[in-house]
Amino acid sequence: MPFKRYVEIGRIALVNYGKDYGKLVVIVDVIDQNRALVDAPDMVRGQINFKRLTLTDIKIDIKRVPNKKTLVAALEAADVKNKWESSSWGRKLIVQKKRASLNDFDRFKIMLAKIKKAGVVRQELAKLKKETTA
Amino acid sequence: MSYKFHQFQVVGRALPTESDEQPKIYRMKLWATNEVRAKSKFWYYLRKLKKVKKSNGQMLAINEIFEKNPTTIKNYGIWLRYQSRTGYHNMYKEYRDTTLNGSIEQMYTEMASRHRVRHHCIQVIKTATIPAKLCKRESTKQFHNSKIKFPLVFKKVRPPTRKLKTTYKASRPNLFV
Repeated sequence: MPFKRYVEIGRIALVNYGKDYGKLVVIVDVIDQNRALVDAPDMVRGQINFKRLTLTDIKIDIKRVPNKKTLVAALEAADVKNKWESSSWGRKLIVQKKRASLNDFDRFKIMLAKIKKAGVVRQELAKLKKETTA
Repeated sequence: MSYKFHQFQVVGRALPTESDEQPKIYRMKLWATNEVRAKSKFWYYLRKLKKVKKSNGQMLAINEIFEKNPTTIKNYGIWLRYQSRTGYHNMYKEYRDTTLNGSIEQMYTEMASRHRVRHHCIQVIKTATIPAKLCKRESTKQFHNSKIKFPLVFKKVRPPTRKLKTTYKASRPNLFV
């Protein structure tokens, strides 16, 4: 199984530990074997250990250590936000966040919606069963 | 990023006497964990270089020096003198880091691990930021590549906070990416 996701300048990664947990950052330069210089539109450029990053499939085209303006422009041009939110990984994270932020009334509404959905599915199933037996 | 070692500029001189009204003022840049230690280290070095002790000297200023550009990567060269079990040796080490304090911390931990030299047996002679062309060590030169690209070979998935850490796990971890 060859590797598909590489640490390279322009790779988008997700922070999976620490203060910036859940943020998407761009690898802007590599310090040494264990650390990279990362940057995101809403944070100061800083170093982070690779152990705290999970690489994604998205890569943008930037030169080594661009300034903030160029970085933001490159992110816009590559449309990283939409690509991420439409990818299955990104969608799962959004759903997880939504579920974690529900209040009791939302959970009640979800319960009703689930019951309704199950009812419709069961109706269709009953119809299909009748057709096969008939 | 909090660093264990802070860089201080310490300025001191001997106390003025009848024979010497204006003693020479000496300034030193050194690394210590805090100001108190920095002052002590200053007198240690000054004693070795000049005929002055803390009891007949005075501290004029101590300021912490902060990194000017902590968001750029630099190659640091550190010249040091350390005491091994058999004698004193000089050494030159190179580190890639964003700040000088970070590279000094790397140096201390590396000396401890590679040579079993404790912090008090190390004297930093000189530090400098080295431009990429003048770096001597292969391990720093291998990162001087604008198109650097490598995969992360072993990826251990960690719980996102230490609170969620468990001693036992239900299944063996999958270390592939």
